[in-house]
Parts: sequence; structure tokens; C-alpha cells
Amino acid sequence: MTPLIELRNVTRSYGKGEAEVRALDGVNLTIAAGEFVAIMGPSGSGKSTAMNIIGCLDRPSSGQFLFKGAELQGLNNDQRALIRRNYLGFVFQGFNLLPRTTALENVELPLIYKGIAPEARLSVARAALAKVGLQGREGHDPSQLSGGQQQRVAIARALAGNPSVILADEPTGNLDSHRSHEIMLLLQALNRDEGITIVMVTHEMDIAAYANRLVVFTDGLITGDSPVKVAA
Amino acid sequence: MLWETVRLAFRAIIRNKLRSFLTVLGVVIGVAAVIAMVTVGQGSSAQVSANVASLGTNVLVLRPGRQTMGPGPREDAPQFTLRDAEALSDLTVAAAVAPTTTTAATVVFGGANRSTQITGSTAGYLAASNWQLAKGRSFSEAEERGGAAVCIIGETVRQSLFGAGDPVGQAIRVKSVSCTVIGLFSPKGAGSFGQDQDDIVLMPIRAVQKRLEGKDDVERITVALKKSVTAERGTRDIQNLMRDRRRIGIGKDDDFSVTNMAEIASMLTSINSVLTGLLSSVAAVSLLVGGIGIMNIMLVSVTERTREIGIRLAVGATSGQVLTQFLVEAVVLSVLGGVIGIALGLALAYGASQFMTIPFAPQVSVVALAFCFSAFIGVVFGFFPARRAAKLDPIDALRHQ
Repeated sequence: MTPLIELRNVTRSYGKGEAEVRALDGVNLTIAAGEFVAIMGPSGSGKSTAMNIIGCLDRPSSGQFLFKGAELQGLNNDQRALIRRNYLGFVFQGFNLLPRTTALENVELPLIYKGIAPEARLSVARAALAKVGLQGREGHDPSQLSGGQQQRVAIARALAGNPSVILADEPTGNLDSHRSHEIMLLLQALNRDEGITIVMVTHEMDIAAYANRLVVFTDGLITGDSPVKVAA
Repeated sequence: MLWETVRLAFRAIIRNKLRSFLTVLGVVIGVAAVIAMVTVGQGSSAQVSANVASLGTNVLVLRPGRQTMGPGPREDAPQFTLRDAEALSDLTVAAAVAPTTTTAATVVFGGANRSTQITGSTAGYLAASNWQLAKGRSFSEAEERGGAAVCIIGETVRQSLFGAGDPVGQAIRVKSVSCTVIGLFSPKGAGSFGQDQDDIVLMPIRAVQKRLEGKDDVERITVALKKSVTAERGTRDIQNLMRDRRRIGIGKDDDFSVTNMAEIASMLTSINSVLTGLLSSVAAVSLLVGGIGIMNIMLVSVTERTREIGIRLAVGATSGQVLTQFLVEAVVLSVLGGVIGIALGLALAYGASQFMTIPFAPQVSVVALAFCFSAFIGVVFGFFPARRAAKLDPIDALRHQ
């Protein structure tokens, strides 16, 4: 079966000549559909760069990036935007909701760009909010919601686009341990029940433990790739 | 999709009411100024044209003394006489001739009185100055010849002396002379210089000369030309006749002047349009400044909303969609400013026309032009900030604090 995501000998370097910095130095990574992968590593290890490349926000300097078996190297910015729109969902550390915009409108955002009609959009957005346990909060501004609730809205927004992959960049970084636990259970449920592939960057081992595979980056290389023991 | 983008733009504008208001203020003021200037200018032009019509189209005015500009004593030249007027009415070019003299006096009826201008002339005055009678009759030949104490009054005089009553047949006192009202003029409204033309009492010229002033002066003679006669030919014939009557030798200058009223009116019109043009162009500059204001705020807005742009790009907006969003936002803002400006400008023009008693003449074409121009300003000054937003790198934009 074709892997969902495949990085083949991917490098990414910034700057030129003497000042050249290699964020990724020949990374090979294959992620199958339905996996829940945690990426760990010290800062500067290249894990965020790898996430950006998988998220079609950045492109490799060399090597190949395949999504559903298709080479994405030659795509221009707008074609990348279409990949993001149709297959990817993002969850960020800082939630990244639009301020002074209701939860419902935030969740509708990807649907607007998908060109879905207003009525259909509303019902999809409501369903997504219900799935993350936020029925009744549709009209709330982000400022009226707790951190955990804001992250739920962000997850609902990622879900609304019906993505194949959710890319979560330290989704619990701004939350206390109780809320973190709730968010991780939610992501786990989405992976298990909806079959959504999740790729998550984190600093904390106990958060990584919710995933079923752990990839460790060090100095632009993958230095560890193992299944996570369910015992955690 | 475009409708969706317009809705998004409206949402963004409503979210920042104060900033949106300050952004469009420049355009509001610019558009309001242009609309007000042009509308008031059109109104006063219409007023001047109406005055030309009320003067009669082809009217010449003769005054003794050489034509002088501005204040200062007139040259000492012999006055006209009523015989001059009779001679002029024998000219083939003349349709009506009105020798006129004026004096200020207080008129009294019952307990009411009014200081007004008493005009002494002949029945020809009605034709030469384009007056219509609302009621009553004009002077008879016998009244003119004998200088009878009769008068025709204007609407303003009627209102202050008679209120709602009928003046015809009543006797009013002019200075110490009891004078029967035989007619009432139809109202004419304000003149070229804002004076009230209806503040008038017309008496036979001989009555004013003998009974009120005690001298035989004729201040001016108004000649209405026949329709087929040009002002040039009329002027030439009149000058020849008067030079002859006043025995002015060949090579000597006229000691009287002949003024073409239509010429004065057209001069006023052109001064008016030059002024309107000048003021409108100053207003247009303020519109340009307003546009730059929009660009300024939109640039700030793009920087401030960098993260929002990053989010939009992450969830799948193309750079074209981001460009459209910001461009539409700028256009919606400036069009909004344009609409408010049009309303404000029309209100200002209406107020000004009431104040200056000129017609309120809003022009659909000017309003449409101002509307289109404000949209155009939105496109021009919104494009640069919008392109900047569209060119943002999503990773940098998301990281922006």
C-alpha cells in the first residue's frame, strides 16, 4: 500500500556558502495512513522544519516529498494551498484563532475557501464543534473561551476541512496538564475513531506517549523511530 | 466567492469600527467637498442663467457719463431727458424703451411702513425688465404723461404693507404723496447679487420727478431690442443717435455708456465656473490625500493582521484569495466613505443653497462620478497593501507576534 507521507533523503538548508545552515540533513521518513506519530527532539533539531515540509508550507532544498504517492516538489504556492485546503488540518501551540470572530466563524474558515455553500458550511461547522464537545459555545469569541476550549475550536477547524492528516505543532504547549490530557484524549479518539492520521510535534514525553509511534530528531537527522508502549 | 469575500470584508470593517471610520474619513471629506463645491457651483450658475432670463435676453442700458469701473465720482456729463427716450423709441431696433429714475423712500399703509426703492419709469419698463403683472394693470398713457400718483408694487412690498390683503385700489403714502395702487408684479426672487428684486414700487417717471424729487433727471434708459436685432447693431444705432443728440464731434469719446446686460450675465457665469473649477480641484486634492490615508491604514492593517493572513494561508487560502480579500476590503471602505461623503456633500450643498438663496441643483452625473472615483481610489491605494499581504510567507506569518 502506498504510504500517505514519504520523505526521501530530504534536506533543507537556509543561507548560502559559509553561513549555510542545514536544518534537515537527509531525512527519510514514511508515515502510513491512520498512524499517530509523535516527533520529539531538542530545539533546532529540524522537527519543525520537517513539519513545515509535511504541511506544504515549506519545500525541501533537495530530496523528494511524496504525498499519497505523488511528488509535490514541482508544485507552486497556489497548488500547495490546494493540498492544504483539501488534505491537511493544522493545530498550533498558540491556537491561532481569529480574534473577535466567533468559534463558529473560525471553524467555517477552511470551508469558505473550499467554496462550500453557507448552509452546508454551517451544519459542517456545527458538527465539528459538537465533535470536540463545544455545543452551545458556537457564538463565543476566543477571548471568552479557556485555553483548552480555544484549542478544541482549533481542532474543530482542522476537522471541518475533512482532512487526511492533522498536523499538530505542540498542541498542549500552552495548556496545564489537566487540559493537555483532555486535548490528547480528543486527538487520540479522532485518530482511532475517524482514522485521521496525526503527526504531532512535542517536547514532553508524557504527551508523546499518547501517540503510537515516536520519531526523534537530532541535528537534522532522525535518530530514533520506535513504537510507543501502550503502558504509558 | 466574490460575494463571500465582500461579506468577509464587511465583517473585518465592522470588527474595527473606529479604525474603519478614521480610515475613510479622508475620503468622506474629499468626496463631500467635491460634491458640495460642484453642486453649489451648479446652483449659482443656474441662478445666473435664471437672472439672464429675468433681465430679458436682449437688453441694453444707457447711463450718462463714460463707463467707470468701481467706486469714484462719475464724470460730469449731461443727464438724459425724456425726449432722449422718445427719440430712442423711434429707432427701428428698439422694441421697448424705459427711461428710469430711482429714489429711496418710505411707503406707508395704515400702521405698516417700509423703506424701499421707488422706481420711476414708463409702461415700457415692464417689457424691458421682463416684469409680469400678477394683478391689476399697467400705467395708461394719460397717467404717464400727467405724472399721476399711481403705482405698481412688488410682492415684498405687498407683504409688508398689506399682509394677506389685496393691494389693488388701495391708497398708500409715498413720502408725502398719496398714491393709488393699480397693479401687483409677479414675484421674481433674488437678483444676481442677492438683492431682493421684489422690493419695488414702480410709479410713472414724471410722478417721481415732479412729486418726489423735484428735478427732471433720467438716471438711465433701458432699451429692449427687437428679437431679430443683434446687440452689436443695437448698440451701434443707439450710440449714433445719442452722439447726434448730444452733439459729440467726430473723434471725441462718448459721454454716455451703453451696457449689454447679457454680456454682464455671461461674464458672471464664466467667473462662477472658474471659481467652481478651482474649488473643486482643491477638493479633488483632498480626495487624493484621503486615498493615501486609506493606503496608509491598509498597510498598517496588513502588518497588524500578519498572523491572521498566516492562518488563512494555512487553512488553504491561495495568495490570490488573500489579495482579493484585502483589495475588496479597501474598495468597500472607500466606497463606504464615498457614499457617506456624497450624503454629507449633498447635505452641505443643500444648507449652502438655502443660506445663499440659490437653487439646490444636485447632479446625478457628479454623484455617480464621485462614487466611481472613490471605488477607483480603493482599487489604486488598496492594491499595494493587498499585494504585500498576498506575498507573505505562511511560516513567517504564523510565527509573527
